[in-house]
Amino acid sequence: MSTSDYDQFRPPEPERRRRRGFGGGKRRRGGSTARVPADSMVPEVEFTSYYGRNVVKPPPWEWPVALYLFTGGVAGASGVLAAGAQIAGLPVLRRNTRLAALAAVGVSGAALVADLGRPERALNMLRTFKVTSPMSVGSWILTAFSAPTSLAAVAELPIPLGRLRKVVDVLQGPAGLAAGAFGPPLAGYTAVLLADTAIPTWNGARQHLPFVFVSSASLAASGLAMITTPSDETGPARRLAVLGVVGDLVAMRVMEAHMDPVVVEPLHEGKPGKLLHLSERLAIAGGIGALFARRRWVAVASGLALMAASACTRFGVFEAGLESAKDPRYTVVPQRRRLEERRRRGEVDDSITTVE
Amino acid sequence: MGDPRTEVGWPTVEPRKGFFTDTSICIGCKACEVACKEWNHNPQDGDLELTGWSYDNTQALGASTWRHVAFVEQSREQLVAARRSGQALVELGMPTVRSDDAAPDNAAGDVTPPDTDEFRWLMASDVCKHCTHAGCLDVCPTGALFRTEFGSVVVQADVCNGCGTCVAGCPFGVVQRRDDGTVGTASRGYDVPNRHVAQKCTLCYDRLLDDGVPACAKTCPTTSIKFGDRDELVDDARRRVAAMHAEGRTEARLYGANPYDGVGGTGSIFLLLDEPEVYGLPPDPRVCTADLPQMWRRAGAAMAGMAVAAAVSFVMGRR
Repeated sequence: MSTSDYDQFRPPEPERRRRRGFGGGKRRRGGSTARVPADSMVPEVEFTSYYGRNVVKPPPWEWPVALYLFTGGVAGASGVLAAGAQIAGLPVLRRNTRLAALAAVGVSGAALVADLGRPERALNMLRTFKVTSPMSVGSWILTAFSAPTSLAAVAELPIPLGRLRKVVDVLQGPAGLAAGAFGPPLAGYTAVLLADTAIPTWNGARQHLPFVFVSSASLAASGLAMITTPSDETGPARRLAVLGVVGDLVAMRVMEAHMDPVVVEPLHEGKPGKLLHLSERLAIAGGIGALFARRRWVAVASGLALMAASACTRFGVFEAGLESAKDPRYTVVPQRRRLEERRRRGEVDDSITTVE
Repeated sequence: MGDPRTEVGWPTVEPRKGFFTDTSICIGCKACEVACKEWNHNPQDGDLELTGWSYDNTQALGASTWRHVAFVEQSREQLVAARRSGQALVELGMPTVRSDDAAPDNAAGDVTPPDTDEFRWLMASDVCKHCTHAGCLDVCPTGALFRTEFGSVVVQADVCNGCGTCVAGCPFGVVQRRDDGTVGTASRGYDVPNRHVAQKCTLCYDRLLDDGVPACAKTCPTTSIKFGDRDELVDDARRRVAAMHAEGRTEARLYGANPYDGVGGTGSIFLLLDEPEVYGLPPDPRVCTADLPQMWRRAGAAMAGMAVAAAVSFVMGRR
């Protein structure tokens, strides 16, 4: 900074007004070094940003999308349980899981439409089929799941259908199996929907997030079945719940271990961190409960814990991603690190920054 | 690596168009921002707050801001560091220089860097990159986003249902849904077009169809924003960097000119005077769909695992 003799006549610099909505006043100017949280697991990495402004933008998704991650999982896994009950000959479990699948898929569709900017154009989702777009693939999966699920669920209801009843009775078997076939895709594709983005924490979790999501879906739908269905038919659901809990705990740990040490941070901090921590404890409690769920009240309590665990997982992962998009650190530091690593290995022809 | 237009079925007739934004001659007048807003009928966004970020009160690209001029004030140390990081790129030898015609035109002239070495003021007009492999376009479920015959990426506002997936898909944070972040315009009697759908730079598709030049490039008083055939712009950009390096200004570097980068090169290329992140650009962007086949495989394995777990649970009996 240049100085002159006349500087003494200047009035003192006014204190700059803190900009509204700029968390904690952590202003980073271009060229400044970033703040690193005290509990950070990695050594401080120097990085620059443009006045602390985020590089990528979080999608305009609100709580209905997180709710959909949860109910879509419940629907898909309920469809699987219903198909299993249909084959194994467990009529009460079959009825209840079919109805659960219908209810969950109904909430899912409503939540998805509600989060659109232009809900009246929801059907444009089925205007084309794009394998590069998980949202497009997912819309078709949801449709392919919903139709047979609705038919199978209607077959369970004592409503007067007239002559249609015969048609429904003939078709409900194949429909139940079709819903079962589309259940796992419905429960799992949402992981790809989140991972196939530029959002650092979601994209960084792409290797293992599908395993977390199908596990979470399995334990949630099993929990719901334990609530709705007497224990003498929920043996398979209780076993699936335990497998889901084990899968959820293991997949989450493996996922975090394989993620970049910076992009994993939002999963541990703030509200998402609390939700995921709570999810883990609820899942363990629900899983143990499922082992001893012959008693009705234990089954109901365990089921509720499992459902809550899944909801916490989905909201936690969802919000951790949004947080990671709001801070340039999560975008810049991992990119800078992988770029330097490639350069150290001598790979210098794939950089976006070039000179002649 | 094919032409992105032939991949989507265009019988290619137009040369790929793009911008070359040479930030070394940007004076920060923001005429590009104004011209863009006027031509595209983009409403006001934000509430006219003053940020204290040098002269930047626009802050970022968004649904209603398709050109954004960044301002960065730097000290001598930062200039020296930028010069060193640019020199380091030269020493890495990246990418291999193939053409011999990169010799600077003014190598024999006055090579004294202009102005002062004591401090500097960076100004750069940012815009949609119109990527060769565009994340926003790939993840769009409705087909509202499409690749034009000029190689640009454009939203069809009457098709988009505002799902917001493209916002998450863009590695540069360009595209955004035009929501109620648009402040004040309704109460002042202006009509806000294309509400609640994704919006971003169209490379002035309407003007190109009439053999015109995008509004921002047309209005730029210093030719910092150049518009033309992308191949020619890349050649110009390389010559410009070589000339600046010959003057000792090794801080100069190109952004987006490499077809082997994570997005296959960008339609809008930039000459920057510091690391990309100083301007708010990602240092190593990668289109998310590059990893999508692997993601679908992992998800397929997880789904199969779920089916097996369910089968095992039922096979073990009803109690």
